[in-house]
Amino acid sequence: MLNSGKGKWDLDIEIHWCPGCGNYNALRIMKETLSELNLKQKEVVLVSGIGQAGKFPHFMNAQSFNGLHGRYLSNALGMKAANPELTVIAMSGDGCTYSEGGNHFIHTIRYNPDIVNIVHNNQVYGLTKGQASPTSQLGFKTPVQINGVIIEPFNAPAVAISLRASFVARAFTGDIDKTKEILKKAIKHKGYALIDLLCPCVTFNRVNTFQWYKENSYYLDDDYDPYDQVNALKTATQSKKLPLGIIYLNPNRPIYEESIQIYKKDKRPLYLRDLDLDKFESLMESFK
Amino acid sequence: MENITKKKDISLVLCGAAGQGIQTVEELLTKTLKKSGYNVFATREYMSRVRGGVNSTSIRISSDNVRAYSERIDFLFPLNELAIPHLRKNLTSQSIIIGEKDFIDVNSDVPGIRIEVPFIEISKDVGGKVYANIVVLGLICNILNADKSILHNLLEENFESKGSEIVQNNLNAADKGFEKAHQLIDEGKLTRVQSIKANEDVINDYIIDGTQAIALGAIAGGVNYVTFYPMAPSTGIGTFLAQHSPEFSIIVDQSEDEISVINKALGASYAGARALVSTSGGGFSLMGEGVSLAGMSELPLVIIVGQRPGPATGMPTRTAQEDLNLVLHAGAGYFPRVIFAPNSIEEAFALTQNAFNLTQEYQVPVFILTDQYLVDSYYNLKELNYEHLKRENFIIKTERDYERYKFTETGVSPRGIPGFGEGLVDADSHTHTESGDITEDPDLRMQTVEKRLKKFSLIKDNALPPEYFGSENIKYLIISWGSSFYLIQEAIEIINRSDIGFLHFRQIYPLNEVTNEYVAKAEKLIVIESNPTGQFAKLIELETHQKIDYQILKSSGYTFSVEELSNRIKKAIEMI
Repeated sequence: MLNSGKGKWDLDIEIHWCPGCGNYNALRIMKETLSELNLKQKEVVLVSGIGQAGKFPHFMNAQSFNGLHGRYLSNALGMKAANPELTVIAMSGDGCTYSEGGNHFIHTIRYNPDIVNIVHNNQVYGLTKGQASPTSQLGFKTPVQINGVIIEPFNAPAVAISLRASFVARAFTGDIDKTKEILKKAIKHKGYALIDLLCPCVTFNRVNTFQWYKENSYYLDDDYDPYDQVNALKTATQSKKLPLGIIYLNPNRPIYEESIQIYKKDKRPLYLRDLDLDKFESLMESFK
Repeated sequence: MENITKKKDISLVLCGAAGQGIQTVEELLTKTLKKSGYNVFATREYMSRVRGGVNSTSIRISSDNVRAYSERIDFLFPLNELAIPHLRKNLTSQSIIIGEKDFIDVNSDVPGIRIEVPFIEISKDVGGKVYANIVVLGLICNILNADKSILHNLLEENFESKGSEIVQNNLNAADKGFEKAHQLIDEGKLTRVQSIKANEDVINDYIIDGTQAIALGAIAGGVNYVTFYPMAPSTGIGTFLAQHSPEFSIIVDQSEDEISVINKALGASYAGARALVSTSGGGFSLMGEGVSLAGMSELPLVIIVGQRPGPATGMPTRTAQEDLNLVLHAGAGYFPRVIFAPNSIEEAFALTQNAFNLTQEYQVPVFILTDQYLVDSYYNLKELNYEHLKRENFIIKTERDYERYKFTETGVSPRGIPGFGEGLVDADSHTHTESGDITEDPDLRMQTVEKRLKKFSLIKDNALPPEYFGSENIKYLIISWGSSFYLIQEAIEIINRSDIGFLHFRQIYPLNEVTNEYVAKAEKLIVIESNPTGQFAKLIELETHQKIDYQILKSSGYTFSVEELSNRIKKAIEMI
């Protein structure tokens, strides 16, 4: 399918996703959000891993770092530390983030860099053709899980809330306007912002379809208090349907890159710095 | 004992349990000796435990430069009852063993001249047995004719932060040691070593170990982003850089695992950082895919691998040269890389410094492959020559039409970073077009393969030549790499034959072309290395098509000694 927009984030390139894939909406949401926020292309880096969602940055006119399977959060954290002036949006699928990269997911939340992390969650492996993902439902049958999934699905928002992540949201690509609103808040938010983005796979997941997500999700009320960790955890774990919206906010956590000592007095990114030879000489003297 | 007083080179060993403070004594002793004008060399061997067991430091003191481990023991100071059994193989009837009755009286079958000194009893007069080590230190300084005022100054400096009472107790303890040595000398039980000449030149030398040399080289190379996960024997490099991070604007991140370590470093490198990761074989194994990402995405990165014996956990605090093949082949697919193996403290500094420029220039991973022996050894040296060293980053300000992976004659594309200039900068793990888009086009694929091969040629053309020592016409060529340099050099001096040449490699991959000429000229090739199969020997055979005639290998986890090498080289010459 060809990408046909004329905006600055549009790229005239063939898109590799299946027709009807939830990612098309995700792509539109991203481009429109970045345009509406007036972000400059040279200031934004889209970081991704491997999987159908990992290809996302290639289909936009954006600068990108498309790394390895499971490791994109580490790439994102390193570049944000090296240049805090960059707007870093890291994205990949549920397999890349919660399975292959599970350790980095947990620890990136602990670091709390000021990045956005969008996890395209379709509850199935797309690129490798239909195996179970860490978020597949119990009983979900695949050519590998022939009797259905027997291991407990990974509840990413609950894990993130328990780690006191600074921003935890869930969104649905079937709802462009509401998802754009959440993404805007995530980009503006200072600190690590997780969006678990329900994003149906039309080829390999015939259970969790657009219709299924519509029927099995609900938006949090306007009077919902996202600052209450216990309540947020309850919301993320005990609802029968999937909650959509900002589930948890913990804005008072220190930002990783702002806590790094070298930035306290001098905000310049690393590439603008050089060795202080006088200091080096005095260090050398201490070895005499 | 007469022998000892005539020697130009004394070997002294401190041996005791972990946590007994051997390291403090060793550092104060070597500094005092150096400042008194003596050349020193020290190396440590220690167990993988925090308390107890048996560890030792071997210190050589000499009129001339001394830079290699000798197994000879002229003086042993056993600090627990395990010391003599631990070192029994190296003790001879000439060895002087000084210490507590309980520690010197073990293994009466082990030779050595035993002199009882009740250090703990003596230390009671100056504040308790925690000062016993300083009594030992004072005694050694007197025997070796070191300057007492220098020792006093160092003790004051070292313990200043602990308050004046503790400083005074340490000074008194050192004086007690000095007095005890006087008494033993007066009684004719000991002789002061006066054969080693003090040299004014040495007083202002540096004393730097391998860990510090690599870390200092990184600082001089402009490092500003360091990630690591603690692992012996490389932990000290990250620790050193962390401690100096504020003054040199370095971000140091102890990360969750080695996979994140290398991926963070590559993310930082993409954004223009001068990035370093530091690990050992096991941790490096986890970095394999990250190394190939560095190769594919052409992001600069310096990787320090401090070797220890494997497989798996192996012997964490021991030494080996077992990971050459691992470092040479790590990562899926083909991509160029540079591997340096420092042969000395000076080269550990210089190669690490230069690694930062090379990795930026060629955009390939550059390795510093070292080992526990080198990182835990030190000696006095004149200079590290840092004033003339450049720090180049090869970063360009991008134009609007910038393409990150532009095909060029050399294979190296001009390197842009995000946010600097008008261009958009991509990094990609897939086979990609010049602008960084995914491609499966076979012609484009071949162009990217070609790009990597061209970079390899460039690197090979600029490879550091091996160093050659010996005459034009030799029969035997000894070949080695990395930390064994001074050990072999001294062993060859002992053998003293004009038909032996010595070829030593600091860059072990790619090999400089001149290698072919050296190996073709010699009649017999002997390779020396610390692994069970001859990894470097096989690399030489593969690259030069010359057969290696004899291999001197060691894989006990402990370093070669000068004596062992001279014996084994002699034997090799007899056999081939």
